[in-house]
Amino acid sequence: MPVLECKELCKSYGRTPALDRLTVSIEPGRIVGLLGPNGSGKTTLIKLASGLLTPDAGYISVCGLPPGPESRKNISFLPERTAIPTWMSAKQLLDFYGDFYADFRRDAAEEMLAHLNIFPHQRIKQMSKGTREKVQLILVMSRAAKLYLLDEPIGGVDPATRDYILSTIIGNYNPEAAVVISTHLIADVEKVLDEVIFIHQGRLALQSGVDEIREEKGMSVDALFREVFKC
Amino acid sequence: MQWQFSNDAPIYTQLIQQIKVGIVAGVFPPGERLPSVRDLATEAGVNPNTMQRALAELERDGLVYSQRTAGRFVTEDKTMIQQAKRSLAERHIQVFLEAMSHLGFQREEILALLEQEMKEEGETHASA
Repeated sequence: MPVLECKELCKSYGRTPALDRLTVSIEPGRIVGLLGPNGSGKTTLIKLASGLLTPDAGYISVCGLPPGPESRKNISFLPERTAIPTWMSAKQLLDFYGDFYADFRRDAAEEMLAHLNIFPHQRIKQMSKGTREKVQLILVMSRAAKLYLLDEPIGGVDPATRDYILSTIIGNYNPEAAVVISTHLIADVEKVLDEVIFIHQGRLALQSGVDEIREEKGMSVDALFREVFKC
Repeated sequence: MQWQFSNDAPIYTQLIQQIKVGIVAGVFPPGERLPSVRDLATEAGVNPNTMQRALAELERDGLVYSQRTAGRFVTEDKTMIQQAKRSLAERHIQVFLEAMSHLGFQREEILALLEQEMKEEGETHASA
């Protein structure tokens, strides 16, 4: 059973279409890059999958369930913008997540905080933007979910932290779970991905394995993206 | 081990090459157990399925073998490792020859130049 499945999925904001009959499915054990130019519908797809938006038409399911309270147990979502309560300390946030999610692995979260030298008693509001993003990613990756939806997880952090985040994603690999990473930093994530989904103007432009692209086109996914979406 | 990837070839073929180099250079000695797929993938910064695919290919070639529960090991067959070394060297030479002929060198010129360079290098080594 696919972890994420969409059929003829449509969503508009007023008269502006964001997703236009998108059909795509993601199997367990895959780390997938969700790629496309600005405004192509990446975040809309992620929000529909996480149940923050409802589709206008078409079908979407996560582990066979329509987005809702039940499916959310399987989904660990990293929004584009940091959305954690800033008055809390990192430690309080771990308590908070532990209360909310049965699959929260506190020891994993504590280990990652220590690894990135984040002081557990520091409040979120006292942290830099990059550190807040790190904390939020740690919370998201510390859940034993079936579907990780990461909207621009590496956009706001320095290259060394990017490497750490990507190695965290590899280290947490679970053959029963899928990871969806939406990003513009393709060259940075490419090696970590099994496959990529290109969306363009709300439609599926390409779904292919990273090595299949490299084999068939003799170029990286980053180079292919630049060619396909040349301005 | 240093892992480096170019943009024009599949990642799994590059992994195969680099693990072969690791075996030939003794980073992964004959008969030794290889790190787990997850550890190797994390170290190389690549997708675990891609690493798995590279190791499966090396296993088909016979350079590594698996034991059901204990993991993957480097072959103990030193002749096979010598052969891998030889074929890696041949590839390097082919690339070199292509680049030299692209620059317009003839075979004799290449040989003469190579000999001269190696002699000079030997002298700097000796004086150092």
